[in-house]
Amino acid sequence: MNYVIIGNSVAAVGAVRAIRAHDSQGNITIISRERHSAYGRPLISYLLGGLITEKRMAYIPEDFYEKLGINLLLNSEVVGVDTKKQVVALSAGDTIKYDRLLVATGGDPFVPPIEGLTGKEKVFTFTTWDDAAKLKAVAHDIDHAVILGGGLIGLKAAEGLHLLGKRVTIVELADRILSAAFDRPAGRIVAKKMKANGIDVITEDTVVKIEGDGADISGVLLKSGDVIPCDTVVVAIGVRPAAGFLKGSAIEVNRGVVVDDRMESSVKGVFAAGDVAEARDFFSSQKNPMPIWPDAYIQGDIAGTAMTGADKEYAGGLAMNSIEFFKVSTISMGITNPANASEYEVLTYQNTESYQYRKIVLKENRLVGAVLVGNVERAGIFSGLIRDGVDITPFREHLLAPDFGFIHLPKDLRNSLFAPVGKVA
Amino acid sequence: MKRIYTLEDACIGCHLCEVACITEHSLSKDPVKAFLHEPAKPISRCTVEEFDGGVISLSTTCRHCDEPDCLRACISGAIQKNDQGVVRLDTEQCVGCWSCVMACPYGAIQRNLTKKKANKCDLCPDRKGPACVDACPNRALIYREGSQK
Repeated sequence: MNYVIIGNSVAAVGAVRAIRAHDSQGNITIISRERHSAYGRPLISYLLGGLITEKRMAYIPEDFYEKLGINLLLNSEVVGVDTKKQVVALSAGDTIKYDRLLVATGGDPFVPPIEGLTGKEKVFTFTTWDDAAKLKAVAHDIDHAVILGGGLIGLKAAEGLHLLGKRVTIVELADRILSAAFDRPAGRIVAKKMKANGIDVITEDTVVKIEGDGADISGVLLKSGDVIPCDTVVVAIGVRPAAGFLKGSAIEVNRGVVVDDRMESSVKGVFAAGDVAEARDFFSSQKNPMPIWPDAYIQGDIAGTAMTGADKEYAGGLAMNSIEFFKVSTISMGITNPANASEYEVLTYQNTESYQYRKIVLKENRLVGAVLVGNVERAGIFSGLIRDGVDITPFREHLLAPDFGFIHLPKDLRNSLFAPVGKVA
Repeated sequence: MKRIYTLEDACIGCHLCEVACITEHSLSKDPVKAFLHEPAKPISRCTVEEFDGGVISLSTTCRHCDEPDCLRACISGAIQKNDQGVVRLDTEQCVGCWSCVMACPYGAIQRNLTKKKANKCDLCPDRKGPACVDACPNRALIYREGSQK
């Protein structure tokens, strides 16, 4: 059996571990357009900010590929897939045959057409190790950077540059930063912390023109008419599933590669996992891309298992993020901004002064979402309650308590988690 | 694999499992020195929960899951499962992002805010069995072969 995996990040790692758990013999080839072996992608902001060294970027043990018998092709871009002949075509011209294919190419940063952007030297995106390395390499030449986009990537880029002593301005089109992952009060607390650290946050505005002569940037013109003098622009509007190379193939691509609960695409034998995939959502059962690290691992695990012919059930993608901004811990999971508020019940505790916030979102006495800022201790208990659909009626009054734990749950429930099974001598 | 289980009805809420855990993971392995004199006192990897003024109590700790949610969520690769099935945290590699804290449904990973590192049960590799189990005066903690749940 020839397993070919396009992409070499967390979904690929989850997949090859699953393949090897079921099939010790098959040939596995991983193809990556990057030059690094698998690395902790979210660590690029730590690297930029000088919080970690390059050595700590490694996501896997040094002997990972060798131990699992993986043929690793770095610096190789796949330009097409022929699902009839079951081959992938590389940009270098050669082809590789597969019996089972996994598309785990992740996401590409989206760069909108902005007047004056073309030809400017210090315009960056921020999703790969090399993006961070490029930014770091010119850091001595940066005085003031404008970050276009106030999502997770933009804010982490802002923090990294701030740690290098750079002046940073964030420009966000929405009325607040972090609008996708966090609710309004949590976003406000983070924005407050950002501003307290000297980072300018501009909302409800966007960059319409990058100004400057030749390759140099002198500033950006905003839609409001304001001009921000700067020398560097980081575009962090968002990522899109990196599925462009599948155009013209038989594989169904909506926004991402559409997959079933085994992570198999519309073409038998072709699978997808991670940010490039469009799998079932935990709550709505609708298919949508979920660019979340833990979910990418889980999808990779499911795909790898299915590729060997075994089966494992996908519970559906559950959004969750744990991010620290300027030492304020934030964790969000599930539905944090219910669109149809009348169907949900929301419990909150807030102390903005001490950067503390806790929000619990309930639907029909089941936990469906949580936001924790500051004290994030044991947040995973909430993710377990969400996944297991536990009726919270008996312990509702304790949900916001800072020491909420298993002791508040029904005894049989916590014993099912911690007690030994059967009679104990 | 062997795991730590809790007999809630036998727990007297004495917190000696936490003391033993802190002592075992201290520099001196002496409780008084660890609690009073060590600059970086460890954080207990087991958590005694109490309710109703201690009428109900139980000690909770890592299940060393077959498919650990913490490992899947870890962004740095600091959490790995070794050949014996023990879910280990490499504190050198850990960046303190708390993704494992977010993911662990057992609430079994702590935050060491001083070191900015996650903190979790390692089943005491330097001993025959976990220190918490040995320290429990009423045998509310049991270390034996069993499944995750």
